Amino acid sequence: MQSILVKSVVALTGLAAAFGAILAYASRIFVVHKDPRVELILEALPGANCGACGFAGCHGFAEAVVKGTASAETFCPPGGNATMARVAEILGKEAAQLVPMVALVHCAGGLSNSAQRLSYDGIEDCRAAVLVGGSPKSCVFGCLGLGTCAAVCPFGAIAVDAEGLVHVDPKRCTGCGKCVDACPVRIIELVPKDMRVHVKCSSHDKGPVAKKVCTVACIACQLCVKKCPHGAIRMDDNLAIIDYSKCTNCGICAAVCPTSAITDEVKVRPKALIGSKCEGKGRCKEVCPAKAIEGEPGKRHEVIRDKCIGCGLCLDACPTRAITMVGALGPQKERE
Amino acid sequence: MDFGQLLAIVIGCIFVSNYVLMRYLGLCPFVGVSKDLDSALGMGMAVIFVMTMASLATWLVYTYILVPMGLVYLRTIAFILVIAALVQFVEMVLEKTSPVLHRSLGIYLPLITTNCAVLGVAVVNVDEFMVAGIPRNASFIYTVVNGFSAGVGFTLALILMAAIRERIQLDAIPKPMQGIPITFILAALMALAFLGFTGLKIA
Repeated sequence: MQSILVKSVVALTGLAAAFGAILAYASRIFVVHKDPRVELILEALPGANCGACGFAGCHGFAEAVVKGTASAETFCPPGGNATMARVAEILGKEAAQLVPMVALVHCAGGLSNSAQRLSYDGIEDCRAAVLVGGSPKSCVFGCLGLGTCAAVCPFGAIAVDAEGLVHVDPKRCTGCGKCVDACPVRIIELVPKDMRVHVKCSSHDKGPVAKKVCTVACIACQLCVKKCPHGAIRMDDNLAIIDYSKCTNCGICAAVCPTSAITDEVKVRPKALIGSKCEGKGRCKEVCPAKAIEGEPGKRHEVIRDKCIGCGLCLDACPTRAITMVGALGPQKERE
Repeated sequence: MDFGQLLAIVIGCIFVSNYVLMRYLGLCPFVGVSKDLDSALGMGMAVIFVMTMASLATWLVYTYILVPMGLVYLRTIAFILVIAALVQFVEMVLEKTSPVLHRSLGIYLPLITTNCAVLGVAVVNVDEFMVAGIPRNASFIYTVVNGFSAGVGFTLALILMAAIRERIQLDAIPKPMQGIPITFILAALMALAFLGFTGLKIA
């Protein structure tokens, strides 16, 4: 009895000790000298392995950055500037700063706005739907609403509503651009995150055609092009395109657009208020795109609050600096 | 040693008594790592490698330590020890000698430590080939071949499963059945299909 006990304990302990010794010795022989910075950077990265940086996953990115083989443009779009600052700190370098981007779907033609051309009953995938008979919508440029972009989004930032429209949650969207590549009708674009005024249409149809198939289409009337005080809008083959490097989010284009194809996401805009310094020179009246300022020359002018769209043009035009912007957040001397 | 016997072992492990579909061992990776073909192939290769090595190592431990000391009833715990140490060792060697292979197999190796199919192969080896009447060198070769072909059988089942799962990815599966439930049904149907090999005899 006792001998069995001793034997089994000795055998197993001996076996375990032998393996332990082998492993301990092997860990010395087969030690791999790794750059600890790779692990540190890997921890700083979001870890979604989305590939937006151009490398095969976060590990590839971390290794390339440490080795210095990564080019100057190497950037982690999901992590953004904060992550890149961490990475730069680990490497002891200056961080590159980029404007955070967010995905934007250039279509607002849901089921109630845009007619269906045919009833599609196949695989729930936009790419498959486009292959069989083109877009099921009458507007061939529009969003199909089958959610291919939502399926490829690694961050769960895209949702399709009952209208068949795609919504991007700007809080979750990291601007990795996977949806941009996945969309077969190419209506998703990466835009600067702080931009609030967008053309929600991709139709290159002529005005009457576009209007026939969708109530919120860009009909190429060019009103926005004419009214934009910064020259930021141009027409490209019957479609208004906003140049985001010039756009100031003033919202004039959205206010004048007859079909609401241009949307203004600023919830509450401040209103202009003319103070007692006004000498009635009327410069504000001339520049106001909404015709919201009234008054006789030489007398203090007044703003019709319901008409004011809060674009702030009068602010810059006033020679006596009598105008302030008053908004939901209180008086605001200068609009940002 | 008999080549007919070897062929019977190979065919038996891959088809007739496939470790996953007929013996129901190693179901965790079978369901978990069969989402896409690439990782299924990686896992399969890692399992083939570890099963072959584990068969070899457990044969040595069993024949030269457990049998002489009369401790064959401790084989389960001894084999677990051997397999865990072996996988750890293999991971170290791979990381040093072949970083590329380590990158592709590395994440699966720790999974295999706790894979019951590997232990199952070792135990089956003992029951079938390390019995009286089989000479030592023949039992050694049978054991290693059995381990290798068990891995091949596992890989075959895994790849078949991954291929089917990739094909049904876009199918209209009812929501409650999506994911694991439909995979279980698939596994059951595959096991039924493999039942057709029962009775296959290598003369």
